[in-house]
Amino acid sequence: MPSELLDAIVVGAGPAGAAAALELARAGRSVVLLERGPFPGAKNVYGGVVYGRVLDNVIPRWWEQVPVQRWVVRRSTMMLTGSQALSVDFRSEAWGTVPYNGMTVYRGDFDSWLAGHAVAAGAELVTSTVATGLLRDEHGAVTGVRTDRPGGELRARAVIACDGVNSFLAKEAGLLPQAAASHHTLGVKEVLDLPAPVIEERFGLGPHQGVDIEMLGATGCIPGGGFLYTNADTVSVGIVVSLPGLARAKVRPEQLIADLKAHPAIAPYLRGSSVREYSAHLIPEGGYDAIPRLAVDGMLVAGDAAGLCLAAGLWLEGVNFAIGSGLAAGRAVTRAIGAGDTSARGLASYRRDLESGFVLADHKRLRRAPGLVLSDRIQQRYPGLLCDLAEGVFTVTNPRPKPGLLRLARRSAQRNGVRVSELLRDAAAGARVFR
Amino acid sequence: MSPAPRARRRSGSERAETKLTTETELTTETELTRQSPAWPQVSFQDLMATVEFRVGQRAHITVNSDVCRSCTTKDCVTACPADLFAPTSDGGILFSYEQCFECGTCYQVCNSEGAITWTYPDGGDGVVFRHG
Repeated sequence: MPSELLDAIVVGAGPAGAAAALELARAGRSVVLLERGPFPGAKNVYGGVVYGRVLDNVIPRWWEQVPVQRWVVRRSTMMLTGSQALSVDFRSEAWGTVPYNGMTVYRGDFDSWLAGHAVAAGAELVTSTVATGLLRDEHGAVTGVRTDRPGGELRARAVIACDGVNSFLAKEAGLLPQAAASHHTLGVKEVLDLPAPVIEERFGLGPHQGVDIEMLGATGCIPGGGFLYTNADTVSVGIVVSLPGLARAKVRPEQLIADLKAHPAIAPYLRGSSVREYSAHLIPEGGYDAIPRLAVDGMLVAGDAAGLCLAAGLWLEGVNFAIGSGLAAGRAVTRAIGAGDTSARGLASYRRDLESGFVLADHKRLRRAPGLVLSDRIQQRYPGLLCDLAEGVFTVTNPRPKPGLLRLARRSAQRNGVRVSELLRDAAAGARVFR
Repeated sequence: MSPAPRARRRSGSERAETKLTTETELTTETELTRQSPAWPQVSFQDLMATVEFRVGQRAHITVNSDVCRSCTTKDCVTACPADLFAPTSDGGILFSYEQCFECGTCYQVCNSEGAITWTYPDGGDGVVFRHG
């Protein structure tokens, strides 16, 4: 590893780190990109869709070379009870052609691809190396990192911590609390083998086309959700649950997936499949109000390390926010070095950049969404209410005449323990949160 | 599985890019159904056996069982997605680090200060996700 003073050290070669290193290398800055896994993406898990448009101005015609599994042309939101399912299912041919909307990927492939662009631009990727702590000067400013390589101290004008949801560098710098269970969810996923023609038949897809199904009411008494999405010759199925909820419920995570896989609306999709890989990862879902200070003297944080996953019910995004913040961090460090000031003040353009772009604009707009989406009525009562309403509407009870929608709605609300006043209040809250 | 449908399926998948015949689909579906008439129960051991772990020499997480003995909730036991926390008969916790996802659930849900010491495995060690 280099012993001279670098311009920047980027810790973590996930999408945030690769994007940061790419910006710095393209600006002609010396940058080392550290990765603790044997290859970029080896430690990473995601839950459904990577939205690639953030790369439009970074890697022209990225869609021609990105290691995609399937282009998502179908997006479905499903509300489940033990024996019912109500879906809102949307598909668009536009999503299956340039410039595309979302894609499914394997993170080992995708993250390695993006990091490869940073390397091609001149960044030095060092894998199988953990950044174990920060180096600081007598004033406390970050001057580099310690690594677990012999003699592995690295010094730089700036450090960008893209070391993920557990970011020990952000914790050491005092930016993140040591633990904050209520700001995190656990994602658990099974990747299941299914032949490509079977996937296309069962999900109504053409070759290279994919679906992403998000589910509410799929996690029993624990706040959270389920997901199912298609890869080339596998499907990924899993659940995301609030950590405090999981701890309280005393239910094993793999049991939640097993229950979801056995649900009458899901099981037929998965029949005959076998497990290729099981995985688990934490997700920072605290939203805008849990996002830490983003800069200290000599260091920025980006991606999951900065809590930038957007978990807003309708929108569940993370990789694009990681890339967006990584690019901005790389630009900010480039500017700060040019101006000869990498103090927190010199790096302050990072936050301004994020606020004027989608990363913090979306988070700020949707700051109340995580709380609403994980609230008791949305989680425990509305899926049943809507399923009962649909069952009432579409069940023909001849020789009795149809009961009328208003009566059905009132009955469904009553049966699921929801008062009309609560319905109105939640509708108003929803309108405010998603305005 | 008889040889005939296999051969049919192979020739079918060659054409899959352009045109899928109904016959091909039915054959594949039938084969899948035959392989697993009921919903297959995968044991937790089998599930964990699908994951690649490059087990290092050093235990990257350690648990102070003395602290755990006074813990009444033991949330780690049910929450850990790799099921690595085993309660012992004396009220403590027995932890094994080898098949750890490095997710962080255990220290996030732990209420007992000093019970869990959590670090990443050494560089290159630990879990390797291929389809994350």
